[in-house]
Amino acid sequence: MLKQHLKAWLYLLPALSFLALFLVYPLFDVVIYSFEEGYNFVTQTKLGVGFYNYSYVLHDPYFIAAIKNTFIMVIITVPISTLISLLISLGLSSIKPLRKLFQTVYFLPYVTNTLAVGLVFMILFKPTEYTDGLMNMIIHLFHGNTIDFINGPYWAKMLVLCLYIIWIVMPFKILILTSALASVPEQFYDAAKIDGASNFMIFRKITLPLISPSLFYLIITGFIGAFKEYTNAVALFGVNLNSEGMNTIVGYVYDMLYGDSGGYPSYASAAAIILFFIVLSITLINLSISKKKVVY
Amino acid sequence: MKDELILKSNKKTSDNKKIVRKIIIYTFLSIWCLIVLFPFYWMILSSIKSYSEYNAEFIPKFISLEPTLENYRTAFTLVPLSRYFLNTIIFTVITTSLMMIVTTLAAFAFSRLEFKGKRLVFTLVLALMMIPTELVVITNYTTMVNLNLRNTFTGLILPSVTSVFYIYLLKENFEQIPDSLYYAAKVDGASDFKYLTRIMIPIARPTIVSILILKVIECWNSYVWPRLVTDNPDYYLVSNGIQEIRQNGFGRENIPAMMAAVVSISIPLIILFLIFRKQIMTGVSRSGTKG
Repeated sequence: MLKQHLKAWLYLLPALSFLALFLVYPLFDVVIYSFEEGYNFVTQTKLGVGFYNYSYVLHDPYFIAAIKNTFIMVIITVPISTLISLLISLGLSSIKPLRKLFQTVYFLPYVTNTLAVGLVFMILFKPTEYTDGLMNMIIHLFHGNTIDFINGPYWAKMLVLCLYIIWIVMPFKILILTSALASVPEQFYDAAKIDGASNFMIFRKITLPLISPSLFYLIITGFIGAFKEYTNAVALFGVNLNSEGMNTIVGYVYDMLYGDSGGYPSYASAAAIILFFIVLSITLINLSISKKKVVY
Repeated sequence: MKDELILKSNKKTSDNKKIVRKIIIYTFLSIWCLIVLFPFYWMILSSIKSYSEYNAEFIPKFISLEPTLENYRTAFTLVPLSRYFLNTIIFTVITTSLMMIVTTLAAFAFSRLEFKGKRLVFTLVLALMMIPTELVVITNYTTMVNLNLRNTFTGLILPSVTSVFYIYLLKENFEQIPDSLYYAAKVDGASDFKYLTRIMIPIARPTIVSILILKVIECWNSYVWPRLVTDNPDYYLVSNGIQEIRQNGFGRENIPAMMAAVVSISIPLIILFLIFRKQIMTGVSRSGTKG
């Protein structure tokens, strides 16, 4: 019997050691880091313990800008991408021919390297000495002026970033919603049609309640994902996000850790923990709303 | 007679309505199709325009009259793109295989072996799924710096191996295999390990394949950890490579060469996706992870 136990632990050993070393220990360590004041990375010494790192981060204009950017991104991208993906999934589930093809195409952005495709968005939106870029060509058609979406005004940059994020996150949402719609029993629709319900009524009273768990799941994960946005911003604007004014909270964490402005793991830890609590509270709010609205 | 006529005309208008609805739906779906495909079209198009052709078009053209593969040659010779590819392949293969071994062993222990505290350990492991990477990356980075593992494959690979979710997914799959097979194997004198490799793994193959492909995609596209742990271009993966190319590659104006690099990086995964379309899509919808 003892041998049996030992054997089980032996099978678990690799997984548990990886988890302990790279997930559990760092979790405690990051909390400790965040309270160590004046930690020196090279000499590994500290001045004291307290809330100074948090107060520094919360007073850092770059962090405030990162918070602002992140919230704007979340508020724009989450509702729009969820709504469009819902419309697309409804459309997909009401057609037969070409459906597979559409589904395959829609999934493509999921398997692309976001850093690489970000460069395509960059050349589409960026005017250079040689060309105004495709987007500005369209703007010219409507007699507008050339806008530099990559190094230009804040709102132009935010617009491209939001468009790119939406483009990237759609495949996942469409996939989840189409499988949710496919699991609604056909009889429900037939019954409603016999009762003479309009399409809108069917959607409101049957489809929406039945897919509401998936929908809320998408909203919750969508919020979490959008709050952790970083790579897509790098893809469009390069690694110096602070100077571009387009940094995100996660970007701030990494910039504090590494790179030209790096070497401050304590500030990075404090910022990461603040981010964690923002995400946690938003998720809890979402969950309490979903408890009231979702039909299980 | 009159009633029948009204019914008929009603049916006709509802038929017309249906057709209009179909047209609207197909138009809408096709527009989104175009939005998704356009960036891919544009990168391929720009990559086959010659440098002079591209820069001569103040208003970009939608076709290329003199397509050339010259940019691909530039992309692979002027910057170490093949080096980035090789690094990514090494990283992906080792990380994915290590992950699979570790995950399979753990899933086997959780689903088939009996030991004290199994439920507790499993619950604790599941709880780890809630830890966001952003929190642990900081310490992992300092660990790697302290161990002098920056700019090594060990440093790149080790923290990327763990995947709590896949342990859970595979355990669920293993548990569906009937107990009778296990006891039959025991009677035949097969060891646990033999049972795992000869019976469980072949039966759970579809799930294992999904997990493998999802991990390969994740590895191929990983950016944040490789960027932290490597600053020597000899160890760059494709994501960091493309970032490097963007910052100081061919010079900012040689966009066709840049696009050739982008196409080269994108194609392997697109081929993989077209081959394993079903496994990838069911895998993603079950695992519910956003890439």
